[in-house]
Amino acid sequence: MRSSGVVPKTAATLALGIVAAAMLLPIALTVANSLMSELEIGRNYDLLDRMVDTAHGGADAFAHLKVLPDWLTFEQFAQVLIRSPHFLSMFWNSAALVVPIVAGQTVVASLAAYAFAKLRFIGRDKLFMVYLMTMLMPFQVTLVPNYMVIDRLGLMNHASAIILPGIFGAFGVFMLRQFMAHIPRGYAEAAKMDGAGHLTIFARIVLPLAKPGLSALTVLLFVDYWNMIEQPLIFLQDAVKQPLSLYLAQINQHERGVGFAASALYMAPMVLLFLYAESDFVEGIQLSGIKG
Amino acid sequence: MFLAPSLIGFSIFYLIPFLIGLYESFTDGNLGGVFVCLHNYRELLASGSFRKAALNTLLFTGIGVPLLIASSLGLALLLHRPVYLRGWLRTSIVMPLVVPVASVVMIWQIFFDWNGTLNEWLHHFSHGRVDWMQSEWSMSVVVLMYLWKNIGYNMILFLAGLQTIPKDYYETAEIEGAGRMRQLIHITLVYLTPTMVFVVLISIVNSFKVFRETYLLAGDYPYDRLYMMQHYMNNMFFSLDIQKLTAAAALMVVCIVAMAAGLLRAERQYRESTE
Repeated sequence: MRSSGVVPKTAATLALGIVAAAMLLPIALTVANSLMSELEIGRNYDLLDRMVDTAHGGADAFAHLKVLPDWLTFEQFAQVLIRSPHFLSMFWNSAALVVPIVAGQTVVASLAAYAFAKLRFIGRDKLFMVYLMTMLMPFQVTLVPNYMVIDRLGLMNHASAIILPGIFGAFGVFMLRQFMAHIPRGYAEAAKMDGAGHLTIFARIVLPLAKPGLSALTVLLFVDYWNMIEQPLIFLQDAVKQPLSLYLAQINQHERGVGFAASALYMAPMVLLFLYAESDFVEGIQLSGIKG
Repeated sequence: MFLAPSLIGFSIFYLIPFLIGLYESFTDGNLGGVFVCLHNYRELLASGSFRKAALNTLLFTGIGVPLLIASSLGLALLLHRPVYLRGWLRTSIVMPLVVPVASVVMIWQIFFDWNGTLNEWLHHFSHGRVDWMQSEWSMSVVVLMYLWKNIGYNMILFLAGLQTIPKDYYETAEIEGAGRMRQLIHITLVYLTPTMVFVVLISIVNSFKVFRETYLLAGDYPYDRLYMMQHYMNNMFFSLDIQKLTAAAALMVVCIVAMAAGLLRAERQYRESTE
């Protein structure tokens, strides 16, 4: 806009810089702490968890959140990756839940989104409204009936109890429909003139044009399900089947060092995926927010 | 044909369960289910823990959502101006969106513990300690986590909205002598209405997801102030009180649908008034 002077520009940059730094702080601290030795972690944080409070230390005893490790070491990572087999198996559990959900929902949702965006049928907008409303509901709302359905299907305590509902989630349909509605009608009509059927139009024209929407959806779904807590808490009582997110929630005092390394490893795939697909991701979100 | 796979799965896992739930909420707990009218709802409304949970959820959404929207709009307006390092700044602010809560929860714990960093700072300024997680402050901690996580998403949406406002609107306003504040209220905010509707909806959806943060930070039975609808419903589920749970769910659905319908209507009115 107008004010392109150096002073306001610097001021705005500084203000945003402070916010950006605050946003990155918890992430940076987690990574920094994962590079500390168990000894150092123990020394820094032994005062956490209120029990210690009155025993020793007194009024000015605090845990010390440190930014830079005294000794840079990969000891914790070695501990996690080599000496704790349950970590890797939970990492695998997470992946085995998330990958099918993301792949499945993307496929199913792109088909449905095409129908909502480009086909005409009776009750289309009303049905889309139902999807939209379902998307808004918190998981707990359909908890009991969902539990009954899954029980009836014999899926309890089985990974598909989480994967199947995940595949048919409404979010993907909503997001891709918004995105596809922006694709000019002319493209599809031109193809139709040339005798292309809907399947061809969908596969050759709409899907390639919807690529940013698809990558934004992939990243968002990945994050959401990689992070899930509620579903496995209820549908997977077996500890060996649980994903990493629940393991990290249960880490206690003595495993804090290992916990940091596990956390760093846990967020790494998300952060890398985001950095890799960032521009598509941002564009995808933006177009889904503007009504077509 | 394109819709079939989605519609079948959607019906089995969402639509039908929802209808069953609605039906259950009007029956008593026995097999076969006798129709009991609004009995379950009356019991529910009389229950203390339900009221507590509903109040806390309303409070959280009532504080968290406006705060989130105001701050992300502020950031978007700043980032829409000429700034250095725009790409880097945007990436950093959006980053928390993709970071799993579970992996930064330990840092939050260290921060807000009784012997934690925040209290150390307070002590430094010769101020007494605050028991962040076991006092009325606990809700502010969760609000903060909610802001941290969701600010980037909303900011991206607002940035997109800002780009759709033609520059000459501002130029005309300037010539007519409208100040910054007037431009913000009469141009920016007005033309952001459709984006705003979407942002409000998404923010509310995400405010329900804050259960994860709360669960990770405080467990099944957090401090009273943090006891939200989701805790209530989870606990009803584990204590097998299906009637109360489905009634609570139905009430929640009614509230959400009413609110969403209101917002969508506001958007339609806006669209009709501009066309």
